[in-house]
Amino acid sequence: MILDGKAPTGPIETTWERHRSDMKLVNPANKRKYRILVVGTGLAGASAAATLGELGYNVEAFCYQDSPRRAHCIAAQGGINAAKNYPNDGDSVFRLFYDTIKGGDFRAREADVWRLAQVSNNIIDQCVAQGVPFARDYGGHLETRSFGGAQVSRTFYARGQTGQQLLLGAYSALSRQIRAGTVKMYPRTEMLDLVVVNGEAKGITLRDLITGEVRCHAGDAVVLCSGGYVNVFHLSTNAMGCSVTAMWKAYKKGAFLANPCYTQVHPTCIPQAGEYQSKLTLMSESLRNDGRCWVPRKREDVGKPPDAIPEDDRDYFLERKYPSYGNLAPRDVASRAVKEQCDDGRGVGPTGRGVYLDFKDAIRRLGEHELRERYGNLFEMYERITDEDAYKVPMRIYPAPHYAMGGLWVDYNLMSNIPGLFVLGEANFSVHGANRLGASALMQGLADGYFVIPYTIADYLARTKPGKVTASHPECRKSIEDVKAQAKRLLSVRGDRSVTDFKRELGNLMWHNCGMLRSNKSLSEALSTIPAIKEEFWQRVRVPGTSAEFNPQLENAGRAADFIEFAELLCRDALHRDESCGGHFRVEHQYEDGEARRNDARFCYSAAWEYKGEGAPPELHKEPLRFEHVHLMVRSYK
Amino acid sequence: MLDVVNEDLIREGKEPIAFDHDCREGICGMCSAVINGVPHGGFERTTVCQLHMRKFKDGDTLYIEPWRARAFPILRDLVVDRGTLDRLIQAGGYISCHTGGVPDGNALPISKGGADYAMDAAQCIGCGACVAACPNGAAMLFVGAKVAHLAVLPQGQVEAPERVAEMIQAMRDCGFGNCSNHYECEAVCPKGISVKFIAKLNREFLKALILAKTGPFKSSD
Ligand SMILES: Cc1cc2nc3c(=O)[nH]c(=O)nc-3n(C[C@H](O)[C@H](O)[C@H](O)COP(=O)(O)OP(=O)(O)OC[C@H]3O[C@@H](n4cnc5c(N)ncnc54)[C@H](O)[C@@H]3O)c2cc1C
Ligand code: FES
Repeated sequence: MILDGKAPTGPIETTWERHRSDMKLVNPANKRKYRILVVGTGLAGASAAATLGELGYNVEAFCYQDSPRRAHCIAAQGGINAAKNYPNDGDSVFRLFYDTIKGGDFRAREADVWRLAQVSNNIIDQCVAQGVPFARDYGGHLETRSFGGAQVSRTFYARGQTGQQLLLGAYSALSRQIRAGTVKMYPRTEMLDLVVVNGEAKGITLRDLITGEVRCHAGDAVVLCSGGYVNVFHLSTNAMGCSVTAMWKAYKKGAFLANPCYTQVHPTCIPQAGEYQSKLTLMSESLRNDGRCWVPRKREDVGKPPDAIPEDDRDYFLERKYPSYGNLAPRDVASRAVKEQCDDGRGVGPTGRGVYLDFKDAIRRLGEHELRERYGNLFEMYERITDEDAYKVPMRIYPAPHYAMGGLWVDYNLMSNIPGLFVLGEANFSVHGANRLGASALMQGLADGYFVIPYTIADYLARTKPGKVTASHPECRKSIEDVKAQAKRLLSVRGDRSVTDFKRELGNLMWHNCGMLRSNKSLSEALSTIPAIKEEFWQRVRVPGTSAEFNPQLENAGRAADFIEFAELLCRDALHRDESCGGHFRVEHQYEDGEARRNDARFCYSAAWEYKGEGAPPELHKEPLRFEHVHLMVRSYK
Repeated sequence: MLDVVNEDLIREGKEPIAFDHDCREGICGMCSAVINGVPHGGFERTTVCQLHMRKFKDGDTLYIEPWRARAFPILRDLVVDRGTLDRLIQAGGYISCHTGGVPDGNALPISKGGADYAMDAAQCIGCGACVAACPNGAAMLFVGAKVAHLAVLPQGQVEAPERVAEMIQAMRDCGFGNCSNHYECEAVCPKGISVKFIAKLNREFLKALILAKTGPFKSSD
């Protein structure tokens, strides 16, 4: 099937305004008759729930943590983009749009990206009004800094804790609505199924993580904001609880999953130290504003302390390879360059999997005090983990899985192919194409939640009668039975291997065979190994306890089971996409200098996969991408 | 570390220990445990999840307990219910602004000092260590940080008196105790949030009293 993203045609500058005036509205008195279920209360979910509640809808919101304030976006450090052009350095909506399309290696829908760039400015205003303490200059105006893939300074920040402050802003708006009674919040609940009635999304089935009770909540629309899936790899920068589960359950109920192979590896993470490590820690991309990446030019210098290597014997490889963007080359490009140096035997640190990120020149130029102002908490975090003082010795960094560009397929209204199911934030596939630029995820989450969904959901609701389905509907009861059966099955295996053990095995396989470099061979190998892992999982996994109690092991087991199935789809998508683009790098397709080689004649589309039942291969649907406002060209940062 | 203990327990067929955690980098505020009598273990500006085993000697015995406070009922093992912290924020820890229809971000300049002060307070991760460390189980540092963060910003000043009155009332309703200046809260705070914000809370409260936005407290029990 050829998919249609339903983006309006005509001049792109006015698409969103025209679309807004074409959409239907819900009468204020009728709004409270509609119940909207919001799964996830990160940036996307909290902003959506707060805004919809404020508009008068009857909202129920869910998250698996004990409070909405703890969603994974709290860990975002660097900042959020907007086309304000406050520094007067030539930024504009067009430029942010252009950078995002190019950064995504021409694999995103133009109209959606334009809208994102347009509303980016409203986000900053909104957050300031909520009391987000963005960095300010001495005149009291907002400060910005630069991020990868851009030649302007458009990233707003709150020290190294931007995600935290933005989330707390959205959380405060949400709290206000909870108090007002328009939003009912259910923390410590996990969505384990989507209920579809007559082809429309009408409910979700959840497990109360404290009591183990399985319930179904019926509603008139479901808004999924459950975040990304890169925990499919072993050791990522994501929080421990991030999972593909909500997305995967929706997929199994018919929602298309698009471009799962577009995953992002972040170049600047603290290298792995021990086997028992449970995750990797990111060092914000903003550090590349002032830090310079280098490795020894000569292999024999590798073991030496960094200050024993003279300036001439250092290879500032990003500046050498990409003179116009230098250390601010985009993530996919920078990550591969780091790996290339290490594969060449010039990596540093105990494992040889690391490069230096050096602040010596910045300290000389700006002084240690200024550096402390800009990145104090990051240096502190680095020291805590490595026991090294990065003001004195260069940091060591290595790439790690970080972000999922792929996700559930949505149209211009952020609605999936299942009417009534909307998907926001990292969970959808919409705007980042094959690679996301730094500081754009926070922007997208808040754009979707504050400024897009309030309009587009009305257009759907206005066409449906409220309260059609209640929790006693047969589909709801069946869904509850299915969820209970899965828990029972997991508990009854009583094998001898822990869930963590399986997660590690799967994650290692994915990292080695489907990580930064992918090939026909590595992917085929992964595709033949995953079914064996799955089989063994269902024979040997050990899940202690019962389902009628607080049981984190059972939660993890369910998530792992979904990751195993999802991994197969990810590899299948990666194998089918026989080109390199953005974060998806197929070694068979590169230019002589090692840059990614797209194949626009064959792959200028988004790949949306449809579930066809247990054991059957999924069906591929294509949404062709048309570029009318930017020229398809080779993406170069030289 | 608890992961490893749990994996061993599972292998031996025993029940693993339930504990809260998520980000593992000291920012989400999910992890919570008292180590050797001190919330988060007593290393400066460090959460439990950031504690490295290299900080302890081989053969050391560690005593691990859950947060203890009247306002945080225990759910299981090391896991407690901190929903009361959310209730404090719901009582007024926000600025009432609608989505959309707000002025340009640069319309109101905010002094760098003011923005830095707000940020120092806003860093709170809501873990509840301050409450767990306080002999009275008070949430003054938590509430003080939020009140101070919003009261110093022009956007937050409009509702400042109502906010402080309502948050303090909620503190009492939720079963938190009173501050008697032990300063244990600041000592264990993983973000090093200063008790100067408690002083600010008191000043803001006084202002609210003078403006007659609040009176003596209704007792909740
Ligand atoms: C270390 C780090 C630093 C980053 N820095 C930046 C940055 O500087 N700038 C930037 O733009 N981006 C950054 N990002 C990316 C950004 O943080 C994420 O893309 C963003 O958090 C996604 O937000 P979200 O609202 O879509 O999902 P999340 O924040 O992941 O929230 C997901 C929500 O869904 C809930 N949930 C998930 N599954 C279920 C389920 N089954 N049932 C019920 N609830 C569920 C969770 O409880 C949570 O509330 C960073 C990411 C990391 C890991
Ligand atoms: S797990 Fe997030 S702060 Fe410790």
